[in-house]
Amino acid sequence: MKISRHCFLKIRSAMPALSLALVTVLALALGCTKKPTNTNEILVGEFGSFSGSEATFGQSTSEGVKLAFAEINKKGGINGKQLRLISLDNQGKPEEARAAVQRLITQDKVVAVLGEVASSRSLAAAPVAQQYQVPLITPSSTNPKVTEIGDYVFRVCFIDPFQGLVMAKFAALDLKKKRVAILRDVKSDYSTGLADVFATEFKKLGGEIVADESYQAGETDFKAQLTQLKGKKPDAIFVPGYYTEVGLIARQTRQLGMTAPLLGGDGWDSEKLSELGQDAIKGSYFSNHYTTESTEPIVTNFIKAYRDAYGGKTPDGLAALGYDAAGILIQAISRTTEITPKNIRDEIAKTVDYPGVTGKITINEKRDATKSAVVVQVDGKVNRFIKTIAP
Amino acid sequence: MDQSHSQEFIQHVINGVSLGSIYALIALGYTMVYGILQLINFAHSEVYMVGAFAAYYVGSNKYLALTEHQGVGALIVLLIVAIAACSILGVTIERLAYRPLRKAPKLNILITAIGVSLLLQYSGQIVFGSDPKLFPEVIKDVSLFKIGGVEVHSLDVTILVVGTIVMLGLHFLVQHTKIGIAMRAVSSNEMVARLMGINVNRIISFTFILGSSLAGVASVLVGLKYPKIDPLMGMLFGIKAFVAAVLGGIGSLPGAMLGGVLLGLCEEMVVGYISSTYRDALAFGILIVILLFRPAGLLGSVQREKV
Repeated sequence: MKISRHCFLKIRSAMPALSLALVTVLALALGCTKKPTNTNEILVGEFGSFSGSEATFGQSTSEGVKLAFAEINKKGGINGKQLRLISLDNQGKPEEARAAVQRLITQDKVVAVLGEVASSRSLAAAPVAQQYQVPLITPSSTNPKVTEIGDYVFRVCFIDPFQGLVMAKFAALDLKKKRVAILRDVKSDYSTGLADVFATEFKKLGGEIVADESYQAGETDFKAQLTQLKGKKPDAIFVPGYYTEVGLIARQTRQLGMTAPLLGGDGWDSEKLSELGQDAIKGSYFSNHYTTESTEPIVTNFIKAYRDAYGGKTPDGLAALGYDAAGILIQAISRTTEITPKNIRDEIAKTVDYPGVTGKITINEKRDATKSAVVVQVDGKVNRFIKTIAP
Repeated sequence: MDQSHSQEFIQHVINGVSLGSIYALIALGYTMVYGILQLINFAHSEVYMVGAFAAYYVGSNKYLALTEHQGVGALIVLLIVAIAACSILGVTIERLAYRPLRKAPKLNILITAIGVSLLLQYSGQIVFGSDPKLFPEVIKDVSLFKIGGVEVHSLDVTILVVGTIVMLGLHFLVQHTKIGIAMRAVSSNEMVARLMGINVNRIISFTFILGSSLAGVASVLVGLKYPKIDPLMGMLFGIKAFVAAVLGGIGSLPGAMLGGVLLGLCEEMVVGYISSTYRDALAFGILIVILLFRPAGLLGSVQREKV
């Protein structure tokens, strides 16, 4: 009893200091919300993984978005108003993504939000946008559940079932493979989504799934799983993960003496893939949103502008999607008579045949994009264009 | 069919021992510092990360371009660089963060260790960039010979050879040299060791240098085997190595080695024959079971509370 009373007294004597701290924090918080709003600016929010293990995803996307904003601002903005982008880092964590969107909407008062790449982070953050009725466009979250969150959530990429279908078709009909093994990242909604659809579609096309093993993002040793796969003698291995692991998986596959090509999805898309995988990843295939080998003027112009802006760097698929997401948003804003989140939402929903870098984009009634996918083959630093597969 | 099963099993054993010897090297660093200070040095896994980056930068095409001079010489250069970087960092952390708190309650210094670990992880993301980097390939991975129809690769052999040499060296140092005796003396009773004229601060610094050097060696070996390095790479390996150290009996050097190899083998078998989802569940499950039956770990001795 004596002890607890002593503690209580201690807390009481600390009360003035505590309340002072509380008042300071509150004052700071209020100060932030009362930021003077410039009426000549349209504020748009963006959140992404600018640090963390998937940092290149966030950075590429953001570079694409910034390029689109810079282009419209150079042309004088929308009705004389300049667009201003506020980018927040979520460190690749779903809970931070949620907090970032909350802050963008309630403190910075943005009219629309762009982001995220990873489905898990979009799923965490999009309900906030829906709750405050501010439109959110995800450039590259391919999990179907993302846009099911509500009528304020859109995407400009295709969805997982489609990528799984594309690769199943490609494996069965083009590569004529019969026995495919799957190695999936069990922690990622994206990876399991692709793997499930691939398995169903591939079986429908007469193929056999000989093994279905799993790993977790962040691991570096995959030999145990791969040794199990090897025993089943697959003639292709579907690894719908992210490039960070796929490079090592490819190496270890070859070290164990397997020569079957690897197949994957857009999570492979990074210049780092071939750097990490070297010769081991060469000759493998993945589905993607666009190819730098395209000769269409809209694509070549984009690549040129991007290289000029970012020191000769070649834009990856995520940069292209970021650019298209921003483009669709800009067009929607410019069609509104009065710039409110509700009007912007309505205009985004009406997007038909938007000529994007990643193909002609139509937003359907589920707020998903209808568009085609390409299959590319890894060949050193370049990804060779193999085939376009339409929905 | 039978033959392919036994081949698979041998492959799993090779993979497991190779992974386990890396756990063992990192575990040794935890165990040594614990033996002397009763401190779990959570920053140890970040020392290991910095070692990998030091080797990466020196070995990259900007400086020595070691990928073009593959061989044992290049490996030794990388090892020296990583050891130097880790030792300096380890001893700096001890001097700036732990020594001022030596007289403070143990909990304070533990929290400081976690703080240092996070500080290094996140500064690493700023300084090195958070995208994964490719570790220079200084040893070509070719298959050397076959055991029961399974190819044994040069990387696995390198890891085993380097790991064994380093651990034998450590054993000799601790058991048969003057400084080793001093280390053991400080570990068993700091105050008496001080009365015997041992410079305790110097011995503690030396222990940090030694532990960090082992992390440096491990970082290069991991870099060779899994050539993807990033500022968060220490987290997972660090925790596993810590488990290995506790498993073998924290404070015991042979225990750390045994714990490392055992954990590596167990993980490999679980992933191979059950599912990778259980990998970490198993690692920590083993920890709990062992601690239930042998609270001091496999080779640890129960220490009486010092008065």
